[in-house]
Amino acid sequence: MTNHIDVGSVLRRTVCDLYSNLVTRPTGAAVRREIETVLLGLDTPSLTVIDFSQVGLLDFSCADEVVGKLLDGVRRQVIVTDAYVLVRGVRDDHLEAIEAVMQRYDMAVIVESEDGEWHVVGPLDDGMRRTLDVVHQCGRAVPSELAEALEQPPAAVTETLDGLLERRLVMRTEGAYVSLQSVL
Amino acid sequence: MTTVITVPPSLDDDTFEQVFEQVATVSPDQKVLVDARRTRWASPYGLTALLALAQSRVERAAFAGPDNEETASYWARAGFYRHAADVYELHGKVPRSREAQSESNVLLEITDVSRSDDVHQVVERIQSKAQAILVHELRLDPQATMRFAMTLSEVCQNIIEHAGQGGWVAVQAYRYRRRLSRRVVVIAVCDAGVGFRRSLESSPGWKPKDRWDDAMALEDALIRGVSRYRDPGRGQGLAGVRRFVGKWDGKLSIRSGTARISIVPDWDDAVPLKEGMPHFPGAQVQITIPERVSPG
Repeated sequence: MTNHIDVGSVLRRTVCDLYSNLVTRPTGAAVRREIETVLLGLDTPSLTVIDFSQVGLLDFSCADEVVGKLLDGVRRQVIVTDAYVLVRGVRDDHLEAIEAVMQRYDMAVIVESEDGEWHVVGPLDDGMRRTLDVVHQCGRAVPSELAEALEQPPAAVTETLDGLLERRLVMRTEGAYVSLQSVL
Repeated sequence: MTTVITVPPSLDDDTFEQVFEQVATVSPDQKVLVDARRTRWASPYGLTALLALAQSRVERAAFAGPDNEETASYWARAGFYRHAADVYELHGKVPRSREAQSESNVLLEITDVSRSDDVHQVVERIQSKAQAILVHELRLDPQATMRFAMTLSEVCQNIIEHAGQGGWVAVQAYRYRRRLSRRVVVIAVCDAGVGFRRSLESSPGWKPKDRWDDAMALEDALIRGVSRYRDPGRGQGLAGVRRFVGKWDGKLSIRSGTARISIVPDWDDAVPLKEGMPHFPGAQVQITIPERVSPG
């Protein structure tokens, strides 16, 4: 169910085996198409970790192609698959590019930074962030369990969780909402 | 009839306006001789803009290089003559470029950019030298090196995506005596392509506005992040460049057509938007990042 994509390897395999930098739109588009092909071939629902640890430079154009367009395509179901994505192995400069892209698309993605901590990158209101934190701590929860921790009525919690689900920041299995990190 | 374009003794983004002024009065299909015989110094902007000047001419322009041997030799080592031979009819003595010799302050010799692969090459080549100069000489944070390369990548891509033809990039570090008395690193990217206004006009569904000119196009692109493409992710490159320049107290200026827009730091007194300049096609970009000084 969990799939790992080393973006550095995809870059070298699809564009040029001498490159370590993810720069220019054509390069980003080639890498994204390769990742889309992988996602479309997975059993669903799927969780994919996109790993940037072997990538040197990531410029804004490539961040847009590889992260922005990919996640936007999954969210809008242009890429027709039930895929969830985590991002890993990003440095501060990668993060800056990814954050700028997420702002433009009004999307958020969960990213593991260099310190090993998971962060939500991109616009997300405080209520959703707090709910996502609690789901992450629980790993898996139903709204009634979370209502107490969040001091909110279950209906409001369900609404927030559905918002997170729509943004593909949590998964839903057997009536429970599941933190993406807990699936790893 | 050949019109002589006189190049000033010191050639940078300010003094190049004297060249643009002369060129703007001569029809592109008329022969010009670009006379740099008395020029003693040129910034990366000066050298790349000279190449763009040749690119803007229908009738191949003639070029006479600096009489001063040291200057001519430096221009050769910076890669100028190699590219000039492709776009100019060279007159007078042309210095031989010695490949083995490279200048320690030239981070990137003049490089032509016309394809995506060229940007990869530029970024690969700049990284090791950028680290040494930005961190050890300009005392910038090590994090600045990657951002510097990102900035370079984005401004080079601007040529590929919007110029409609190739352009040139050069990166050099030097002491900027006139305004700062500090070392600076300068990125210059010049082309004589379609320019910002025509590029934005080619956007699907574009409609003329009440006021629409080169200045407005530059404001749209740099300040409002407008792109000729409809994708929501477009227009981020220049926004990222602005953030980098702002963070490191740098200066960014983009000249296109008859206008120039600048992000101006405290140490410079350029106007943020200058209009009514002599027309020159394409886009000419300069980014200047100064050496960091310790507070107090």
